[in-house]
Amino acid sequence: MRGFLTFLGTRLARAVVALWLVSTVVFIVMRLSGDPVPLLLPPDAPRAEIFRVRAELGLDRPIIVQYGVFLGNVMRGDFGRSIHFRQPAMQVVLGYVPASLQLALTAFVLAALVAVPIGLVSALRRNTAVDHIAMGVALVGQSTPTFFLGILFILVLSLQVGLFPTSGRGDWRHLVLPALTLGAFSMASIARLTRSAVLEVLRADFVRTARAKGLSELLVVAKHTLRNAALPILTITGLQFGTLLGGSVVTETVFAWPGIGRLAIQSIYNRDYPVVQCTVFLSAAAFVVINFVIDVLYGVLDPRLRSR
Amino acid sequence: MASSIPVSVAADLVPARAPRRRVPWVVVLALAFVGALFVMAVAAPVLAPQDPVRQSLRVRLKPPTLEAADGRAHLLGTDHLGRDVLSRVIYGSRVSLMIGFAAVAVGSLIGSTLGIAAGYRGGWADTIIMTLADAQLAFPFILLAIGIIAVLGPSFPVLVLVVGLSGWMTYARVLRAQVLVVRSREFVDAIHALGGSTLRVILRHILPNVLSSLVVIATLELARAIVLEATLSFLGLGIQPPTPSWGGMIQEGREYLDSAWWISTFPGLTLMLSSLVVSRLGDWLRDVLDPTLRGE
Repeated sequence: MRGFLTFLGTRLARAVVALWLVSTVVFIVMRLSGDPVPLLLPPDAPRAEIFRVRAELGLDRPIIVQYGVFLGNVMRGDFGRSIHFRQPAMQVVLGYVPASLQLALTAFVLAALVAVPIGLVSALRRNTAVDHIAMGVALVGQSTPTFFLGILFILVLSLQVGLFPTSGRGDWRHLVLPALTLGAFSMASIARLTRSAVLEVLRADFVRTARAKGLSELLVVAKHTLRNAALPILTITGLQFGTLLGGSVVTETVFAWPGIGRLAIQSIYNRDYPVVQCTVFLSAAAFVVINFVIDVLYGVLDPRLRSR
Repeated sequence: MASSIPVSVAADLVPARAPRRRVPWVVVLALAFVGALFVMAVAAPVLAPQDPVRQSLRVRLKPPTLEAADGRAHLLGTDHLGRDVLSRVIYGSRVSLMIGFAAVAVGSLIGSTLGIAAGYRGGWADTIIMTLADAQLAFPFILLAIGIIAVLGPSFPVLVLVVGLSGWMTYARVLRAQVLVVRSREFVDAIHALGGSTLRVILRHILPNVLSSLVVIATLELARAIVLEATLSFLGLGIQPPTPSWGGMIQEGREYLDSAWWISTFPGLTLMLSSLVVSRLGDWLRDVLDPTLRGE
């Protein structure tokens, strides 16, 4: 157990360092991207007014001081005031989080619920038509660019067939296409990895032993195979959540979904630094937290890790 | 001499090489497709039926047809400015392939260098480089890419750099692992004792061992790079109009989806097929050259 705690401690330390690096990179890139003040004021604003706004935003202080202030504020969850919305950045971003969360979770649950059984069936019925078709579709799904998949869905399912609306957020029908688009890549990856993980375990000696001692196929699969295949499946599933966070930028743009991905893109165009910093930091934090949870689950699923 | 010492790593972990198989027909097809893509990019001026940026408002939004409208047939239709979609798809392959290959070169160079440095130096350098790799994996990179391009402007070198930087981590990991394996072996000490340089160890004992892995990673990265470039173009941050790029065309056609589906669909299908074929080729290379990479 102590070994496992050390393992978790190391992971936690790394996660904190990763978050610090992410926020530093964000800070540097956003500061390099130019002065936001001219965007805020009319073109003929007097110089005194420009200086006043710069001072108000703290942009007139040395960069190292700005960085120090920034880091201190990040730890308190304070990312400054949005230049565009004229509200605290955190408050703005939090307003967009539910939409993103709804989309990402739907996509994720959809992906996992569909992909794991498909991968399992593919592995158990290896080299049958079912397997070939499922893996063929997965392969195509994995290499189709997210934004084009979204366009195809709009083209076929909303414009031709008229099943779903093309964009925006509303009832569940608005959710279907974006969730499918966002989840497609993860679905394909999880299905393919589940298949190979299960195949790997099916070849193991203990599965042969389980069969030899006359266990039912259901028990062999449910108890001996799935549990051992769970680790790699869990890993890829967790990693996919990060991909989802990145993919939501594109998906939300294609479907005009009012989430933080689209907010981030718009804020970059608006040079709204505080909002960009906040969205990126929150996404990275979510990713780090999820991976930490997965590390804990490792210990639950694989007792060998606990005693190490 | 050093070169006579076996350098293959963990040979007992790799199953004995299967007897030489015939190249599957899917792979032959894939290779043919990639070849065709190359020919398309190189010979675009010869192959394209028309000037890809020539506008003609009289033939705006014409559907795909074999008949000649204004003395020219538009096999894949025309876009909102009357430009020939087929010609633009053909020319678009240039942007995709040039940025794709250049980005893979940049990424592999940076990744390999950092991976070797991390493995050799160990200690702080290792920690920093690998933490950086982890951090970048944690980062929705598209945001960073957009930020950088917004600062520096969407020019060819900037795009190559950004797309290249998006994928250095896998190279670094593989090379670092290989360095760690090789570095601890006695023959490395022997080489150093005999006056051999670190560079010699890297060039003769590390790179040859990872060459096949590098080829596999580079192929898979190429598919990713092509898609990332198209994604950036789609968001308006790629090579700027009027130069045709697949992502840009898909974006331009988005507003005409209900009236002129062909503008987005054809470049999109070409992009999808290219990505599918190149990544499939990478998967196949991996199975043949380096089964240990599976799961990376």
